[in-house]
Amino acid sequence: MVAIAESVTSLTEGEYKYGFVSNVESDIAACGLSEDTVRFISAKKDEPEWLLAWRLKALRAWTTMKEPSWARVDYSPIDYQDVYYYAAPKSGDRPKSLDEIDPELLRTYEKLGIPLKEQEVLAGVAVDAVFDSVSVATTFKDKLAELGVIFCSFSEAVREHPELVRRYLGSVVPYTDNFFATLNSAVFSDGSFVYVPKGLRCPMELSTYFRINAENTGQFERTLIIADEGSYVSYLEGCTAPMRDENQLHAAVVELITHDDAQIKYSTVQNWYPGDKNGKGGIYNFVTKRGICRGRNSKISWTQVETGSAITWKYPSCILKGDYSVGEFYSVAVTNNYQQADTGTKMIHIGKHTRSTIVSKGISAGHAQNTYRGLVRMTPSAEGARNHTQCDALLLGDRCGAHTVPYIEVKNNTARVEHEATTSKISDDQLFYCRQRGLSAEDSVNLIVNGFCKQVLQNLPMEFAVEAQKLVGISLEGSVG
Amino acid sequence: MLKIRNLHVAVDGKEILRGITLDVNAGEVHAIMGPNGSGKSTLAYLLAGREGYAATEGEILYDGRDLLALEPEERAREGVFLGFQYPVEIPGVGSMNFLKSAVNAVRKHRGQPELDAMDFLKLARQTMKLLEIDEALLSRPLNVGFSGGEKKRNEVFQMAMLEPRLAILDETDSGLDVDALKVVAKGINALRGETRAIVLITHYQRLLNYVVPDQVHVLADGRFVKSGGKELALEIEDQGYAALGLRDNSAAA
Ligand SMILES: Nc1ncnc2c1ncn2[C@@H]1O[C@H](COP(=O)(O)OP(=O)(O)OP(=O)(O)O)[C@@H](O)[C@H]1O
Ligand SMILES: [Mg+2]
Repeated sequence: MVAIAESVTSLTEGEYKYGFVSNVESDIAACGLSEDTVRFISAKKDEPEWLLAWRLKALRAWTTMKEPSWARVDYSPIDYQDVYYYAAPKSGDRPKSLDEIDPELLRTYEKLGIPLKEQEVLAGVAVDAVFDSVSVATTFKDKLAELGVIFCSFSEAVREHPELVRRYLGSVVPYTDNFFATLNSAVFSDGSFVYVPKGLRCPMELSTYFRINAENTGQFERTLIIADEGSYVSYLEGCTAPMRDENQLHAAVVELITHDDAQIKYSTVQNWYPGDKNGKGGIYNFVTKRGICRGRNSKISWTQVETGSAITWKYPSCILKGDYSVGEFYSVAVTNNYQQADTGTKMIHIGKHTRSTIVSKGISAGHAQNTYRGLVRMTPSAEGARNHTQCDALLLGDRCGAHTVPYIEVKNNTARVEHEATTSKISDDQLFYCRQRGLSAEDSVNLIVNGFCKQVLQNLPMEFAVEAQKLVGISLEGSVG
Repeated sequence: MLKIRNLHVAVDGKEILRGITLDVNAGEVHAIMGPNGSGKSTLAYLLAGREGYAATEGEILYDGRDLLALEPEERAREGVFLGFQYPVEIPGVGSMNFLKSAVNAVRKHRGQPELDAMDFLKLARQTMKLLEIDEALLSRPLNVGFSGGEKKRNEVFQMAMLEPRLAILDETDSGLDVDALKVVAKGINALRGETRAIVLITHYQRLLNYVVPDQVHVLADGRFVKSGGKELALEIEDQGYAALGLRDNSAAA
C-alpha cells in the first residue's frame, strides 16, 4: 500500500510514524453508554426505525453480558462509561465530492500516504477512508457502480440499499454473538459496505483505511461484504491511530457472505498504535470477523498481518456451510515490547467435502505474549471434510512467550484434521552467518523473520506484500543487539 | 594485509589457541592444516568475529587496523569472507535474495551503487556459469536441504559474488567429488590476485594440487608447529601428523 510504503522508508528507530494527531474539529456524542447514546448515533445517521430497534436490542443484550476473560491477555478493567462512542469530523454533511472535503482531512490521509484525490490514487485500488466514526471519502465509487459493484460507507448503504443491509446485517455475527460484537452492534458508527453482483470478478482491489484520531474515543466500525453467485472480490483494510498515553478501544465487526461459486479474499494490515516501549498506551483491538460460505463451492480467504495494537483479540473465522466450500486463514502476528496478541481462527465445517487451511505465524520479541487460538469443528454433516493447520512460532529473545491453543472437535468420522506446530528461535548461527555476509544484525533478523512468514505474506495482494514485509521488520526494530 | 601476533583465544573459558603468529600478504595463498580439534575453525571464527570467541592475548591487524574492534558485518564489508565448514540453513529465505542483500550491503559500504534485480541477476548468471552452479539450486531457500557438496559450492559462489579481499575457507573442499573440487578450485583461483589474500583450511593435499599455496602451516593443539612450502602438505598426506612428531589433538587432550 502506498501508505505503508512511504511511511516505512522514512521510519527509523522503531518509532511509530502514524502517531500524529490531526487538528480536526469533532462532533462528539456525550461520554458514556446509554440508550440516549445509541439514539444519538442513530439520529445522527438518519437511520430507519428497524435499525434503531436492532441497536437497542443489542444494547439491552450487552448490559446482561460479561466481558470475556478466557483469552491470554491481561489489561486493567475498561470503564465503558468513560468512552466516547461517537466522534465525527465537524464538516457538516458528508461532502458530495472530494473537492468539498476539509483540507485538513485530505492532508491527514496524504500524510498517511493515501491520496484521496482520485487522479492520484494508486491505480486499481479503490479506497474508503474512515476517520473516527465516519467514512469521509470513497474513491472510484462511480466507476465501480457502472459494473454493478456497490462500494460505499456503511451509513450510505443503510440509506441507499436498506433491503440489502437489512437482509445481511447480523446474519453472520448476530447481535447477541459476544460481548464486543454486541457492543459494536449497539454503537457502530460507520464502516464499509460491498456488494458484488452475480458473475462479476471485481476488477479493482477494494480497500478501507481506518484512522482513529479523536481522544478517548472508541472506534466501532462495521463492514459487510456480500459476494453474489460466481463473483470475486479482493478487499484490504489498513489501520493506524495517533500515539496517546491512554488505551483506546477498537471493537469492530466484519461479516462476509459468499453465495454459490463466489469468492472473497479479505486482507488486513493492522498497524494500530501498539503503545510505547514500556507498554503505555496503545489500541485494544477486540474484533469479531466472520464469514459464511453459504453457497456451494464458494470460498473465503482471510489473510492478516497484525503488527500493531497493545492487545489483539481477534479470530477471523469461516462457517463452511455450502458443500465443497473452502475456508482459509493466513496470519502473521508480530508482538514486540509489551504487546499481547491472542489471535487465530475458527473453521466450522458443515457442508460436505468442505476444506480449510490454517497457516499461523506468530513472532514475539521483547516482553510480548503471542497466542494462537484456533478451533476446527467437523459437524456430523461434514462428510469428507478436511482441515490442515500449521502453526509456527518464532521467538526473539527469552523474555517473550508463544502459546498454541488448538481446539479440535470431530463429529464425523470421514472428516480429517491435521495439525502441525513448531516453535523456534533465531539461532546465533543463523545470525552470525548473515552478519558475516555483510548484513547488519537488524537486517539479518528481518530477513530471517520475513523468510519465516513468507508463506503468509505471499497471499497478500502484490502491491501490499512488499510493504507488509517492511512493516513486520519495523515492528521488530530494537528487538536485537 | 593480515598480521596475527601472539594470539590466544578462549572459548567458554577454555584456551583453544595458544599463541599464534601469522603474516598473510596481499597476493598470497596460505594453507592451514592440522588434526581435528586443533583450533583451525576457532581461528576462522575469531577472524570473522563470531560471538563467544574472545582473544585473551595478542592482536590482529587487518590493513593496519585492529580487526577485533570491528563488528562481524563491518569486517565482512571491509572484505573479510568466511566460507563456513558447516553452512547454516535459513528456511524461507531465498538464496539469491539473500546474496543480493549481502552484495548490496557490501557495495553500499564501498560507495558503489546498489545493484537492481536485473543487474544482479546478470552478474550472478555469469558467476553461476563459471562455477557450474544450477540456477534451480539458488531459487531454493538458503542451504535448506542442500547436499554437503551443494552447500560448499554455494559458499564459493557467494565468495565470488562478494569479491572479498581476505577469504578464509574452512574445509570448503571437504565432501566434494572430484569434479566439484575442480570447480571450487577454479572459483578460488579466479579470485586470486595482487590485491587479495586467501587462507585455506583443509585436511587434504588434493585441493592444493589445484590451488597452489605460497605457504602451508600446521596447527596442532592451538599452536603453529611447522610452516613450509606446498611440499609440506604432501609430506603430511604421505606420512600423517604422527611423522611430524604430533599426536592427534583429541588424544593429546
Ligand atoms: N564452546 C566450546 N566449549 C569448549 N570447547 C570448545 C568449544 N568450541 C570449540 N571447542 C573445542 O575447541 C577445539 C578446537 O575446535 P575447532 O573447531 O577449532 O577445531 P578444528 O581444528 O576446526 O577441527 P576440525 O578439523 O575437526 O574441523 C576442539 O577441541 C573443540 O572441542
Ligand atoms: Mg573445523
